[in-house]
Amino acid sequence: MNQHLVLRVVTKLMVGFIILFALYVQFHGDYSPGGGFQAGVIFAAAFILYGLVFGLESVQAVLPPWVTHKMMALGVLIYTLVGIYSFFLGFNFLDYGALTPSHPEHGQHYGILLVELGVGITVAGVVISIYYAFVSRSSTSKDEEW
Amino acid sequence: MEIFEILLNVLSWIFVLVGSFLMVLGAIGILRFHGFWARLHAASVIESGGMIFLLAGMCLQAGDFLIFFKLAFIGLFLFITGPTSTHALASAALLDRSKPKKESN
Repeated sequence: MNQHLVLRVVTKLMVGFIILFALYVQFHGDYSPGGGFQAGVIFAAAFILYGLVFGLESVQAVLPPWVTHKMMALGVLIYTLVGIYSFFLGFNFLDYGALTPSHPEHGQHYGILLVELGVGITVAGVVISIYYAFVSRSSTSKDEEW
Repeated sequence: MEIFEILLNVLSWIFVLVGSFLMVLGAIGILRFHGFWARLHAASVIESGGMIFLLAGMCLQAGDFLIFFKLAFIGLFLFITGPTSTHALASAALLDRSKPKKESN
């Protein structure tokens, strides 16, 4: 992959903007189109693009597989902790008004932000892990054997 | 002020019509041309020429600065990524030893 100069330059140019756009979709998702799932996929697409152009070793130096495995669990943990927190304060499960009982509208704003953050982290972890699993698969049978 | 708005409208209409014309031209080219290289050439007309003129026309109609800024950014990124994807496709075909033919058939 050392000969693709155009692809390498453009990829280095774009990866930062793709991650920035993913964060915009993530944290502006309650006012504009977007949300956790879309942001997670865009975030993963940045790393997949980097891995496609520069190879698996260089992208795994930035984001090792054990980090993406922890990300998958961390997002679900954030989601569930928000629900359990309102549960213990006497509200329903995932009743965001429990976060700021004096002003329920603010609590709903914070709650949807936290839950969407959990969804985004999990989706990014899952998509990057699927990419790692496919790319790092050792070829057991050669092309001629098919 | 009135003449300025009329001028802006006329200019944006010219841009949008030229962009749409290039888009239709590229689509006809993709359908009707023979061979990979001619079709790739027609596709690159869409993603550089048509896209730039359409976005320039929309920028003149935006009014709001934020919408203008977003459209300009979309144009900038499409301007970088479109030719890159064409380049990747062409170099992959060239690595597969598919040379462009000289005479038309």
